[in-house]
Amino acid sequence: MIPPMIAPTSPQAEPQPNPRRTATPSAPPLLEVSDLTKHFLVGGKAGRGRAGGVKAVDGVSFALDRGETLSLVGESGCGKTTTGKSVLRLIEPTAGSVRLEGEELLGLAPSRMRSHRRDMQIIFQDPYASLNPRLSAAEIVAEPMRNFADPAWRGPGALRDRLAWLFAKVGLRPEAMAKLPGEFSGGQRQRLGIARALALKPKLIVCDEPVSALDVSVQAQVVNLLMDLQAEFGLSYLFVAHDLAVVRHISHRVAVMYLGRIVEIAECERLFTDPQHPYTRMLLSAAPIPAPGARTTRVLPIGDPPSALNPPAGCRFHPRCPMARPICRETAPPLIPHGSATGGAHRVACHLVS
Amino acid sequence: MTVPSPQADQAGRPPLLDIRDLRTHFDTPDGTVRSVDGVSYRLEARETLGIVGESGCGKSVTALSVLRLLPTPPARFAGGEIRFQGTDLLGLSEREMRRIRGNRISMIFQEPMTSLNPVLTVGRQIAEAVTLHQKIGRRQAWQRAVEMLRLVQIADPERRAGEYPHQMSGGMRQRVMIALALACHPDLLIADEPTTALDVTIQAQILELLRDLQAKLGMGIVMITHDLGVVAECCDRVVVMYAGRKVEEASVADLFERPLHPYTRALMASMPSLQGRGGRLAEIPGMVPAPQELGTGCAFAPRCPLATERCRRETPDFTGAATGHGVACFEAAPARHQPVVLHRHAGARP
Repeated sequence: MIPPMIAPTSPQAEPQPNPRRTATPSAPPLLEVSDLTKHFLVGGKAGRGRAGGVKAVDGVSFALDRGETLSLVGESGCGKTTTGKSVLRLIEPTAGSVRLEGEELLGLAPSRMRSHRRDMQIIFQDPYASLNPRLSAAEIVAEPMRNFADPAWRGPGALRDRLAWLFAKVGLRPEAMAKLPGEFSGGQRQRLGIARALALKPKLIVCDEPVSALDVSVQAQVVNLLMDLQAEFGLSYLFVAHDLAVVRHISHRVAVMYLGRIVEIAECERLFTDPQHPYTRMLLSAAPIPAPGARTTRVLPIGDPPSALNPPAGCRFHPRCPMARPICRETAPPLIPHGSATGGAHRVACHLVS
Repeated sequence: MTVPSPQADQAGRPPLLDIRDLRTHFDTPDGTVRSVDGVSYRLEARETLGIVGESGCGKSVTALSVLRLLPTPPARFAGGEIRFQGTDLLGLSEREMRRIRGNRISMIFQEPMTSLNPVLTVGRQIAEAVTLHQKIGRRQAWQRAVEMLRLVQIADPERRAGEYPHQMSGGMRQRVMIALALACHPDLLIADEPTTALDVTIQAQILELLRDLQAKLGMGIVMITHDLGVVAECCDRVVVMYAGRKVEEASVADLFERPLHPYTRALMASMPSLQGRGGRLAEIPGMVPAPQELGTGCAFAPRCPLATERCRRETPDFTGAATGHGVACFEAAPARHQPVVLHRHAGARP
């Protein structure tokens, strides 16, 4: 129904508010996202379908290196999942640029896009809803390999060998191949989802809350598996999550999103030990610590996140920010480098942070 | 034997809630499922007891048993007592039970959207709960509803009372649920994963609200959760459950300082820490057994690094209750004298 509103930026166009991360000039990053924007049209006859609609993602830029894990964190509705899916064009972005190994993906014809699909895979949050209940485990994992022919798995013997190898890699027994998804536990289903994502030897995997539906004791198994696979195959993860402890454990860098924009991005350790944006500080202070008496004070944002339908003017966080000044209500702060020691890797969008 | 609570009443009044050897079983076509199999715990007024465990461990079934919200059949109380201020709830008629439910014992659930009526305004739902249990006029009941919304810190409660659940955010709906549960000033509040569906910022607000309301209203709270962080922040004592049984009970400080049961220890070690990017997490091999698959012996034995022949043969009794830190494990005793190697959260955060 809704026509795609692709407006690919011309190659010369520099992303305006968010200057690109300083990458080493020799090797471009695996994934480069600039000014990614996704607006959803809302309301029909009621007359709310005004141009723009919900600005779910509104000018997001970041880069992801080979073998790196970048986490997107934030409250529900901040646009982290939409960003992940827009990168894969599972949701068609409204504007911006997504480059995989230097090649622009937005605006590519479906046939051209298809050749890139095998490099980019996704693991979903809900292992119960993301597997076809009528296919056997082997068929689920084999399906992408049937869709994309490759000498490595051409022919039934080679396909069977690769299936056995994939099942072993994710820690599933060979007997599991004949089972239906309904016969697996949550953790095993997530392993199956990981095997399916790995099948085509991707370079990038978008992990959309991959462990949040799992029991605590099983969560550790899946987190370890993801880290092992990254070490072995040099995978890049775009890790969308809300559990900050898991994020801190698994990430190299972390981007904090608020109402469709990145408000702070930094190397993981730095973000957790020296957060600059007031929202990041509050998000970190809200996470419960499993050590009695460890938390003495806590500063929380005021109220609920506002609707992305009608985001506040200026800095979008200002209505909930205890430190907001007049300028915060008027001008949106750009995402700019903070501190000289980080070489521009730590960026913050806040008027009050120098 | 039940665990003497540190807050035991001096005057010899019965405890607020005293569950003794509760066995809630389900009769299914595939046989009897022993979801809760001999669980005991106590709770005093103004106390918060955390019940921790993974899905299927029986923590929610225990809570639903207290309110007798399980359909019988297939559920069946195969044994035990649930004493609420001295009265055994399992012996009450449905009519008597209805006078307690929502009035003296209330419950809040994980998903506020599915537990609120979508076609009634929230004010009307709260007013209805009040008129059901108290002789009070409509207008007064509405006033009470507005008061309750104010108590749970909803801005502009007069206007909000006239709104429907779908007009509110998840955090606000959970506040409405709490207002609804507390409208009749219950003595006992059972909170079943009250913050699991919420963002961390909202979770922190709701937990703080529950603490404030407890200080104001003095109710006892049973906090069911899978999140040890939530336990550390808002509970006084903790019961750890595994496969329908209580495996450990201690004060919060004791549990985190010296977890005794191998399952508790493994659970703590398997959690990623907020204190640094780590190497591999300590995994617990295998998975939680389905209740119908339980055989003889300790249910954790197949996943336990300390398991012996005896663990696979006999079920360990719950011991050490008198000390205030009890455990159901044959191998846990020596651990008291060993440094707790699995535990990664001993150091306080700077």
